[in-house]
Formats: sequence, structure tokens, C-alpha cells
Amino acid sequence: MSTDPSPETDSPAIRCRGLIKSFGAVQAVRGLDLEIPRGECYGLLGPNGAGKTTTVEILEGLQEPDRGEVEILGMRWADQGRAIRRRLGVQLQEVRLTDKLQVREVVRLFRSFYPRGPTVPELLERVHLTEKRSAYVRDLSGGQRQRLSVACALAGDPDLLFLDEPTTGLDPQARRALWEIIESFRDEGGTILLTTHFMDEAERLADRVAIMDHGAILVEGTPQQLIATLGGAHVIEFEPTVRVEVLELGELPSVKSVRERGPLRFLTCDELHETLPALVDLVKSRGGHLASLTTHRATLDDVFLARTGRQLRDG
Amino acid sequence: MGDLRSLGQLTLSRLRVMLREPEIIFWVFAFPLLLAIGLGVAFSDPMPDTPRVAIESGSGGERFIEALRADPEIEVRILGVEEASDALRRGEVSLVIAGDESTLEFRYDPTRAEARTARLAAERSIQREAGGPAPVTIRPQEIEQRGHRYIDWLIPGIIGFNLMSTGLWGIGFYITQSRQNRQLKRLIATPMPRGHFLLAQILARFVFLIGEIPLLILAAWLFFDVPMAGGLLSLTMVVLIGAASFCGLGLLASSRTRTTEGASGIINAIVMPMVVLCGVFFSTARFPDAMQPLIRVLPLTALNDALRAVYNDGLAFTAVAGELVLLATWGIVAFILALRWFRWQ
Ligand SMILES: Nc1ncnc2c1ncn2[C@@H]1O[C@H](COP(=O)(O)OP(=O)(O)OP(=O)(O)O)[C@@H](O)[C@H]1O
Ligand SMILES: [Mg+2]
Repeated sequence: MSTDPSPETDSPAIRCRGLIKSFGAVQAVRGLDLEIPRGECYGLLGPNGAGKTTTVEILEGLQEPDRGEVEILGMRWADQGRAIRRRLGVQLQEVRLTDKLQVREVVRLFRSFYPRGPTVPELLERVHLTEKRSAYVRDLSGGQRQRLSVACALAGDPDLLFLDEPTTGLDPQARRALWEIIESFRDEGGTILLTTHFMDEAERLADRVAIMDHGAILVEGTPQQLIATLGGAHVIEFEPTVRVEVLELGELPSVKSVRERGPLRFLTCDELHETLPALVDLVKSRGGHLASLTTHRATLDDVFLARTGRQLRDG
Repeated sequence: MGDLRSLGQLTLSRLRVMLREPEIIFWVFAFPLLLAIGLGVAFSDPMPDTPRVAIESGSGGERFIEALRADPEIEVRILGVEEASDALRRGEVSLVIAGDESTLEFRYDPTRAEARTARLAAERSIQREAGGPAPVTIRPQEIEQRGHRYIDWLIPGIIGFNLMSTGLWGIGFYITQSRQNRQLKRLIATPMPRGHFLLAQILARFVFLIGEIPLLILAAWLFFDVPMAGGLLSLTMVVLIGAASFCGLGLLASSRTRTTEGASGIINAIVMPMVVLCGVFFSTARFPDAMQPLIRVLPLTALNDALRAVYNDGLAFTAVAGELVLLATWGIVAFILALRWFRWQ
């Protein structure tokens, strides 16, 4: 990271207050506040249509909010748009870069827009596309395309990087490769705003996470804090064949919370080895059994489920 | 405007995309040539109606005017010397009768099919009027000299047509496509000066013209022996102003289009009427007088007239200043409106 020439290095990387944006009858963003300090990787997590892209594009100066204030690196879009753009790296959701250009031609084009930044070979090296430098964009895999898109975002040596669902549609290996590139930017002190609907991605990359739904932020905090709000480190998900009351389940040893969703029951607990045998005994004593049973470590997905009764990837 | 590197890179990118698009190469280079060849060879007679004959005023032909008028196979009129030769070149008449009392002269373009009909009919009527087997001497004069045939007239029209269609399609389609797949939005998320993007489209067109127009002129000369009467500087001026004007119109046509289908509709709605009205394939004189003011004000008419004045008549570009000003006005107004209305996302 180059040192910041602006006197306002104390100002947060992103600050916005009371953002509102509607498209006709659809309220995409309803009264959103954010404050992201420099050097933080912030994850905006939410299902399809939550308003993530709209929020990010308002922050990027690509859409006008109906109401609200935005400050990026201590500057405002209205009077310092050009200066902000010089220090932003942007990756948009669903952009197809020109198929008929070669990888290095695309990077060179984007590099030409910025007064400072790494050289084209350095950028290619950073996203591991050096060997593909002469390939046409058309011939790249999905993961390579995303990496190229990140290279373009890094072309001006940005202080602040926006990534809108960078790994959607990628296979696990390609996702990990991209995560490493994002982590290296973060480790050098860059600020990142990342949207995703993968909780594992947010848990791995983000210092802080906000869960967004219907245009508003439901909860915000470090992934650990959010998971801690569930009260237990483990989740037991099961379907009993007989009726068992929520109250009874709540009295099982080590259980912290109980939720129902259709025929499914969810328990959070701290000690699996105490809760599980007791649960099996309880259902048996009623003359039934467990039609299904799974357990996992509590995740942000469970936080979202606890808040909305829906799962992140249901959309 | 700041750093010109971005302008250079944007122009290069546009050129690369164009050169790597085989179908665009076809439409830009091959299509106008094929069109010229097809029309030049097969369509040298665009109007299969009654052939028209002109009698040069004051010539020996005037005394046969009544006899010729009575002939139902031809239409006859008296024209001044200049007018008659212009009309012959433009294909408005198929035969000019000149000469003195003793020897009449028949001037015609032998490559035009209706010239033969006109010649036979006119000769028959004149000899019948004069009485006897062959009392009037008729000297045929084939006006085949370069520069006076339909193909000579056609080639500048094809150049005008090409400048219009590549300007509108080349710029309009690419911009719409870039908007549709959100590349424009991606570009304006960078500090790129927005004007550089639009300027790059025009610069890339100009670079392409360097290959396009000389190739057309060369092909016309090789295949059809079409000469370039005017100076190179004058032709360059007319071509550049014409190209810039249609680039402006291309930007305007695509300033707000969201889909390539939408853009095709708009561009076709601009191109098609002008192809018909503006004297690409046949003279604008064929349209009724009431339509002439409209036809005169269209940019392609101005461009074709200016191109023909230089290409066929050997005039300097200063002689077509009026046409050039009209073209430039179209281009500048279109460019300003396009800048004002342009939608980047
Ligand atoms: N340009 C637009 N015109 C009309 N409606 C829009 C527009 N952009 C977004 N919306 C609507 O606003 C809401 C929020 O959309 P947005 O794209 O911000 O969601 P998202 O969280 O990014 O979703 P995804 O995970 O699918 O990318 C959706 O209901 C969407 O249909
Ligand atoms: Mg989105």
C-alpha cells in the first residue's frame, strides 16, 4: 500500500448514513448506515435481492441514492468524484469484459486510466495470470475471468477495494485461489468491502460482517460475535417422528436455543456429547425415532436462519 | 483532458476488437465492393422504362423534334449542351442527339441496355422523316470514355453509403453492446475521462478509413477503370468530414439504447430511408419536386453530392463548401446531443 497523501487519513474508508433507494415500488435499500475503518475487510452478507449490489453501487458512485449521505476516504462524490475514483478498485457483478481482447491488453487498458499503480506484468503476477497473458478473454475459465477482473480493480493501487460477489459460480479450488489474492490485498493494509452469499467466505475473509435482508442490515459484528449470539457452538438439526414440545427440548442438557422450521427442529448447544444422547432418549420415550439427524458447528448461516427463518442461499 | 494514454489505449482496444471480428471486416471491406460489382455489372440499367433522348439545342437534331416526339418508344426533350452531357452521365437520358445539318451525332453509353433501344428507335424515326433510304448521315459516338458511365457515377455513392453505414453500425452497435454487458459501467467506475471513450470510437473509425476508402477507390479503378477526377486532398477533406458527421450520428443513435436489437431498429430507421432518398444508386432527380427540400437537407445527399463533385467532376472541396457545412452541422449537433443524453449504464 502506498501512503495516503490526503490529510484526512483519520476518516473512515467508508461512511454512509440513512441510505435509501427505490426502484418503482421496490425498496432496494431502506435506511442503511455503515462505517468501515481503513484496513478492515467488511463482508456484506445477504440472500438474492437483499440490496447488496444497490448499496455497493451507491458507495461506488455509480448510482444516486434517493436519500442519505456517502463519504468515501473522507471525500464526497459530488465534489471529489475523480479523486475518489483514482483510489478505488471496483469489481462489478456480472460484467463481461471484451471477449476479443487478450488478458494483458485488458489489464493495460485499465492501467492507463490511473496515474499510479503496479506495472502490467506485476498485476498479472499478482492474480496468477502471467501464463495466460496472451490468451483471449473468451478462452478463460470462470475463475480466471474473475482474477482478471480483480487485476483490473487493482490497476490503480487502490486504497479501497469493492468486490461484488467475486466467487459466485466458481468451483471450490477457484474460490480458494481468489481468496488468497483478496487476503494478500488485505494483509498489505487495503480496505475491502465484499458482498457474498457464502457464509464460509465471509467467515474466512471478513474482519466484520453485516447480515442484510430486504434492504436493511439485521446484525453486524465479527463472525465470532454473531455466532456467539446463537448461544451455542454446535447446531443439531433433526426431524422427530412424534411430537416433542419446544419447552421440553429447551430443558435438555447444554441446550441454548430451540427453533422450528416445518417438520425440522434446530437446537444450539455447547456440548454435543451431553445433548445428543438425551435427545435420542427423549424421542424414544415418546415411542418415536429421529427421521433425520445432522450436526454441524454453528455458522453465519445459522445466524441468518435464526433472524429470518430462511436460509441464505434460498434466495 | 489530462493523460492521453487512456485515449490511446481505448482507441487501440477498439481497433483490436474490430480487426478480430471477421464479420465486421466483411461488412466494412468486402460488402461495399461486392455491392459495387453487382450493381456495376448487372444493374447498369436501373430504370427499365421508356428510354429518354435529349436533343442538343441548336444542333441539327432539332428539326426532327416532331418526328421523334411522335415515336412512342422514346421520350424526347431539348437540352443545352452542358445539361445534355450531364444528363447522359447521370443516366437521366440514354442518348444525346447533336451534330449539324449534314451529319448528326448520336452520343450514348454502349454499356447501358436502353441506349440501344433509344438509338434504333431514334434513327428509324429520323430516316423516315427525311424520306429515302439513308439521306441523313448519322455518326455514332460511344461515350465510353472513363468518367461518364453509370459505374463512374455509382462509385462515389457507394463510398458515401459505406461512410454512413460503417459510422452508424460500427459505432452504434459497439456502444450498445458495451452498455448491454455493463462494460460502460465498469469503465466509468475508473477515473477514465468519459470523453476519451467517445473520442476513441471516432479515432478508431478514422484509422479504419485509411484502409477502407483507398481500397474501394483502388478496386473501382482495377475492376471498372473508374478514374478519380479530383484531387486527393479534396477527396480526403470530404471523406473526413462525412465520416465524422456519421460518427456523430452513430453516437447519437446509440446514446440511450439498452439492447442491440433496439439499436438495430434505430440505425435501420436512419440508414434505410437515406439509402433510397439520397442518390446512392439512382439520381435524386427521380423524386418529385415536393420531396426535394427534404432530400437536400439529409446528410447523405450532401455527402454524395460532394463526393461526386470531387470524384467525377474534378472540383475542389471549396466548390462544395455548402455541402460540407451542412454535413459538419449534422455531425456537431448530433455529437453535442449525444454527449448530453449519453447513458453509461
Ligand atoms: N435497476 C433496477 N431496476 C429495478 N429494480 C432493481 C434495479 N436494481 C435492483 N433492483 C431491485 O432491487 C432489489 C435489490 O437488488 P440488488 O441487486 O441490490 O440485490 P443483491 O443483494 O445484490 O442481490 P444478488 O445477490 O442477487 O446480487 C431487488 O429486488 C432488485 O430486483
Ligand atoms: Mg448483487
